[in-house]
Amino acid sequence: MQDFNRYIPHTEEEIHKMLDAIGIRKLEDLFQTIPREVRLSKALNLPEPLPEPELFHHFQRLQTPVMSSFLGAGAYHHFIPAIVSSLVSRSEFYTAYTPYQPEISQGTLQAIFEYQTLMCQLTGMEVSNASLYDGASSLAEAVMMANRVTRRKKVLLSQTLHPEYRRVIQTYIDPDQQEIILIPYEKGGGRTDEKMLFDLLNEEVSAVVIQSPNFFGVIEDLRPIGEKIHHLGGLMIVGFSEPIAYGMLHPPGATGADIVAGEGQSLGIPLSYGGPYLGIFTTQERFVRNMPGRLVGETIDLDGKRGFVLTLATREQHIRRERATSNICTNEGLCALMATVYLSCLGKEGLRELAMMNLSRAEYTKKIISLIHGCKVNFTGPTFNEFVLKIEKDPKKVLEKLKKEKIIGGFPLVKFYPELDHHLLVTVTEMNKREEIDRWANALERALKG
Amino acid sequence: MAKIKDTGLIQDEPLIFEQGGKGRKGYSLPRWDVEVAEAQSLIPTQLLREELIGFPQLSEVDVVRHFTRLSQWNYGVDSGLYPLGSCTMKYNPKVNEEIVKMSGFSNIHPYTPEDLSQGILKLMHELQSFLAEITGMDEVSLQPAAGAHGELAGMMMVRACLEARGERRKKVLVPDTAHGTNCSTSTIASYQMVEIKSNEKGVIPSEKVAELMDDEVAAIMVTNPNTLGLFEENLGKIAEVVHRKGGFVYCDGANLNALMGILKLGDLGVDVVHINLHKTFSTPHGGGGPGAGPVAVKNELAPYLPIPVIEKDGEIYRLNDDRPYSIGKMRAFYGNFGVLVKAYAYILSMGAEGLKRVSEMAVLNANYLMKKLKGHYHLPYDRPCMHECVFTDRFQEKYHVSTLDIAKRLIDYGFHPPTIYFPLVVKGALMMEPTETESKESIDRFIETMVQIAEEAKEHPDLLRQAPQRAKVRRLDEVLAARKPKLRWTGNQ
Repeated sequence: MQDFNRYIPHTEEEIHKMLDAIGIRKLEDLFQTIPREVRLSKALNLPEPLPEPELFHHFQRLQTPVMSSFLGAGAYHHFIPAIVSSLVSRSEFYTAYTPYQPEISQGTLQAIFEYQTLMCQLTGMEVSNASLYDGASSLAEAVMMANRVTRRKKVLLSQTLHPEYRRVIQTYIDPDQQEIILIPYEKGGGRTDEKMLFDLLNEEVSAVVIQSPNFFGVIEDLRPIGEKIHHLGGLMIVGFSEPIAYGMLHPPGATGADIVAGEGQSLGIPLSYGGPYLGIFTTQERFVRNMPGRLVGETIDLDGKRGFVLTLATREQHIRRERATSNICTNEGLCALMATVYLSCLGKEGLRELAMMNLSRAEYTKKIISLIHGCKVNFTGPTFNEFVLKIEKDPKKVLEKLKKEKIIGGFPLVKFYPELDHHLLVTVTEMNKREEIDRWANALERALKG
Repeated sequence: MAKIKDTGLIQDEPLIFEQGGKGRKGYSLPRWDVEVAEAQSLIPTQLLREELIGFPQLSEVDVVRHFTRLSQWNYGVDSGLYPLGSCTMKYNPKVNEEIVKMSGFSNIHPYTPEDLSQGILKLMHELQSFLAEITGMDEVSLQPAAGAHGELAGMMMVRACLEARGERRKKVLVPDTAHGTNCSTSTIASYQMVEIKSNEKGVIPSEKVAELMDDEVAAIMVTNPNTLGLFEENLGKIAEVVHRKGGFVYCDGANLNALMGILKLGDLGVDVVHINLHKTFSTPHGGGGPGAGPVAVKNELAPYLPIPVIEKDGEIYRLNDDRPYSIGKMRAFYGNFGVLVKAYAYILSMGAEGLKRVSEMAVLNANYLMKKLKGHYHLPYDRPCMHECVFTDRFQEKYHVSTLDIAKRLIDYGFHPPTIYFPLVVKGALMMEPTETESKESIDRFIETMVQIAEEAKEHPDLLRQAPQRAKVRRLDEVLAARKPKLRWTGNQ
């Protein structure tokens, strides 16, 4: 008996009984509707199956060493309380499908309803869907929705929007039918250039997409931009990659955002080399029927008892087919559950204190940098937990030196901004202790001298 | 009436917003070792928020009890047979859940320098080649986050390839048995959908395709086996017809569980296929994701794969962004890595022989189920099926009992219902996919229950119409939910 049979319960005797019941003689006969000439005559070329102990060993060797890290740029290292993993590991949650049968899916449905509420509270908006794939694809869906709502085809993207998000929006948009225009950033402050934005804005513009805190970590001033866009009949889409910031920052909903879409990974979801993450998507009630994604609503059962169901499904692909608002089906349900448990655990005070701690550690870092020769904070705009550092030496060489001391020192911005070729994006969260920051600063100082 | 109901273990559980209170705390942050920054002096006041209105304040115990209670109202694969057709609800191996939590995977940042993440890149590169081997394709992108996302990537590649040839085609052929995602994907990829009628055998006739196929058609989107659980026996011929007119064959690989080691889709002339790792490759569905929908292509479409592509250069693995013909990016970073790890672990556990066994047992279970239920329920396409079979409520109609009633009655017996009212070509469809991880006795129990429900439909139809009686809630008012949408808690505001 092979090891893989642990997942396949059939005994030889049962197989024969079942074949008899069907009225065929051998397993091969099950595939009689497949033309013989296309059936495989030899086995697939795959490695020999591994028993469970060897499997563990195999993966141990593939792991990447964990180092002291100052990386952020759209994915953040935050502390995840033990209860998040413990609760989402309940297999009634993770081995269930999308809750199509509400009577035996009330757990998933109530949790999503709570998730939707938390996302509305966090972003200051009126409606949230049950999640999309990630921040980038969520923003792409937001842009498509704005084009549907306004029936306009020109979209302005701030250059301070995460470059990977911009690239995804570009992929989703059909260039023959829609147009994307980039708004440059202010070289001093690191914010979206408001003047350029106002120059580009007109009555053909469907939406303006701005991220805050932006890719440089700088907090944007959204309100005046929103007012101007609305005056011309367009929508303001606010993106984000670090939702912990909303523990202390004004929620986008209060600044005139029509759609808020971004990345929820910070809310209790592991870094996991880029996914699975959580696409958050919230909007105002008047747009609900144009929204992409699943929605859970409250209702009552035959006895008048409160219960929850998937609702407004006539927007969705399985009902509306080619006229659906999106093609999304499977979303990121379990990641949404992680965020719900995480935020329930942190609560009102915890999220605020966590945000303060991120800000404080980043400010401490800025302070000690000011004492190091050969580097300075590049933009003057206010930041949250990441900022751009300009260094006099070649960033590639500096990062290599830090790596030798087991520190990943920051993200070289030249990858996305050729003009920022001496610049690092440095991220400091509650996970970077003071002594770790000091060690990083010392290593940086040595690297800049040597 | 008494104030507290004797609900047994199915207790009522308020929303998180309706419990706890000011000052209750469930979190523990790292020690403060730096000065507390003065937010007001660093950030303009108008950019700061006052408080998080409505946010819960709970202790850790409150949170644990709350979500534990919620989980008890759910039904998962670990609870029992989950015969949801087209969803392949097979057992999700526990060891894979443990592996993905290893710190050297879960704590790794996506922008970690490549020389440090060689093991991770090797894993992804090998998974690509395994999936290419299983499907008979040339190259694979692991980027799409779900099946529908893979479809979109695939159709964008088709569009890009045609554009590179200087052609802007307008239409996509989709059979009437298709998943709804195929239809909406073609619209989002800027194509107009043209429906093909399946024939009396439940498959696409190649003559129909030949009639509709012209140089305006970019591709045909086919699910094989299709959503009736039938093998699209004409696909080889259809592919020839489509290719002759310069079109592409897209295959929705949602039902790959029937075919591993039996045949390669690439050998049937498929140009591009997506694979649902959360179906065929055992990664859990998570109550609605995360999944992963890698997309596999033949060489002609390879230049258009999303970036970055993972390449092997000697012994070194690299993420290559420099692909001038690429459609771009489908999402940030590289894919749902955590899901990819589990699928890779599954393939390594099974090997070639194991995967073939999976497909054989999945098809055996479905045919056995079909044979045993035939006569009790109407079988619209009475021919050998693949991994799933489709019945209808026609025999029960005369007792004024519907597919919905049958599905809800199954809940009273402790089973998850099958997929209902899909595919659309079958009126009152009950689409059942047992998967290979169900034992004979588990399927026998299900069969006995279904037979008993068929009897009840005759003798006591009200038992079905009133079902479920033994779940957390009775039937819910979906009309009310849609007419007066209440999509968040607004309690004490």
